[in-house]
Amino acid sequence: MADTAPPDRPPVVTGTRIVCAILLLAPFVALLWVNSYSRLTPAFIGIPFFYWYQLLWVIVSAVLTGAAYLLFRREEDRRKATATEAGR
Amino acid sequence: MTELAGQKVDAVSLTVFLLFFLAVTLVGFYAARWRRADNPLHLDEWGLGGRGFGTVVSWFLLGGDLYTAYTFIAVPALVYGVGAAGFYAVPYTIVAWPLVFVFLPRLWSVARSRGYVTLADFARGRYGSRYLALAVALTGILATMPYIALQLVGIQAVLDTMGLGGSSGFAKDLPLLIAFAVLAAYTYSSGLRAPALIAFVKDTLVYVVVLVAIIYIPIRLGGYGHIFHDAATALAAKNPATGAPRGSLVSGPKAQWAYATLALGSAMALFMYPHSATGVLAAKDRNTVRRNLAIMPAYSLMLGLLSLLGFMALSAGVGKGVAGYNAQLAVPQLFQQMFPSWFAGVAFAAIGIGALVPAAIMSIAAANLFTRNVYREFIQPRATPAQETRVAKIVSLLVKLGALGFVLGIDKQFSINLQLLGGIWILQTFPAIVTGLFSRWFHHWALLAGWAAGMAYGTWAAYGVAAAGKPHSHFGGGSATIPGIGQIGYIGVTAFVLNLAVAVLLTLLLRAFGSAPAPDETTPADYLVDGLPVPLPEAVVTPIAP
Repeated sequence: MADTAPPDRPPVVTGTRIVCAILLLAPFVALLWVNSYSRLTPAFIGIPFFYWYQLLWVIVSAVLTGAAYLLFRREEDRRKATATEAGR
Repeated sequence: MTELAGQKVDAVSLTVFLLFFLAVTLVGFYAARWRRADNPLHLDEWGLGGRGFGTVVSWFLLGGDLYTAYTFIAVPALVYGVGAAGFYAVPYTIVAWPLVFVFLPRLWSVARSRGYVTLADFARGRYGSRYLALAVALTGILATMPYIALQLVGIQAVLDTMGLGGSSGFAKDLPLLIAFAVLAAYTYSSGLRAPALIAFVKDTLVYVVVLVAIIYIPIRLGGYGHIFHDAATALAAKNPATGAPRGSLVSGPKAQWAYATLALGSAMALFMYPHSATGVLAAKDRNTVRRNLAIMPAYSLMLGLLSLLGFMALSAGVGKGVAGYNAQLAVPQLFQQMFPSWFAGVAFAAIGIGALVPAAIMSIAAANLFTRNVYREFIQPRATPAQETRVAKIVSLLVKLGALGFVLGIDKQFSINLQLLGGIWILQTFPAIVTGLFSRWFHHWALLAGWAAGMAYGTWAAYGVAAAGKPHSHFGGGSATIPGIGQIGYIGVTAFVLNLAVAVLLTLLLRAFGSAPAPDETTPADYLVDGLPVPLPEAVVTPIAP
């Protein structure tokens, strides 16, 4: 990476960030693995599994992305607070 | 519905449609006066609405990028035509948001910090290469044209369904040309303000129509179970020429690579388009971007429900038994058949205006790209703002003419192919832009070579795809066999992988030979700016050695 990091920069990989990465990656794994959901049953109110499962993932994915956002922002705020303290 | 489109004109539908169309046309011209500018001749005014759009307007603009004729016409048409294979648009819009969540905030920050207006501006600043920026700009303009063409096809489907247009030749295309001229006129005079203001009308109409459609139509058709039963029967019908069934309700083993790569490739392409970038960069601050991304899945849900309209059209028997039926008509004709006349008129207005708004934003974004990254960079470096605005206005017309060329020149069996073709091209700018947001590892010449390889392969492969049932035709689809894997996949993703491989190899080579990368004008801090009042640099005018 060409970005020159300041010497006291906090670690790039943290527990929170790993959790965020998993939350953001989950929809990719679930939806690009087409064979895992390519079937008709069980149907829901007459809609075959293939369709309602993917529509359900719209909501699941939104929740996961939202969670990642909150976690990430909390860590960002914490970092900023630490940075301000260290700068004093 | 047994009669063909174009044989019956419903006066009520047509009147409602025309009233809405007239209203938005007036709004479009009035928009020039909305938040009137100090200097209406400046490109920032015409091309970015004076950069004064807040959260709400940005959201509508961004919504305009997803809610287009793609959503209303193209995706349901594909579902109508082939079944499950068309539903990839749903995973596409699902994975798009976690994907862009990772890089859009950084893009917004660096653009804010450095005053970038286009993605090509970023490429120029980050890699110090005006030629890489030129490649990004030209790709953006080229890829936008088929996407605008898709909007025109959508408008045409509505006009056809309403019975407008004669049986053949010039008379058939006349209503489309009129709609097109009106669009061009108010875009020319009002700039980005016109689609921004019309977007309010459009989204309201769209929400109403979608909600009514997904509740009312299934009730009339006897429920979803019945709809899918009918659809399965219709899709199982064998094509007499090939002996293969028309489609299926689930993605078969042979179609799954295509399904996944189409979804992934489309998601990666989404925010590389100039018009999407314009929508994002207009946002007020970094958290507005993130908040907007959090609400966007609401659009994905609507898109998913809308694509089910394709099955409803099958169940309702729309186009049944019509030889060479134009699948683009499936949704408008379904509306015509199911809704009372006046509401069908509202629905047609929603589709028509829903296509005009993005077409306007797209042509403006392409015009901005040309003006900033081609005209000022290579042709007239000392252009005055008034000159720039004039050039941008003219280019916005030329881009629409180019789109018209795509409409006339490409097989319209499935209009979604227009969007897929644009995607193949725009995806080739992904390595430079997205890796550039995180790292300067790549060498700009290597990125340029990778781009050229991806563009060449993608165009060649797409040229070789014949439309179904029409051997020797070209640009008939977005998928082809992936060399080395042997499965059918989206050409855009294959070309992207080739692009990336070339860029990595050449970067390693160039580094081994000690070729120095060009200077990078951005700093790590630029990527984290979060919208506090930052003094904007005048523009990206730092001189760069060629």
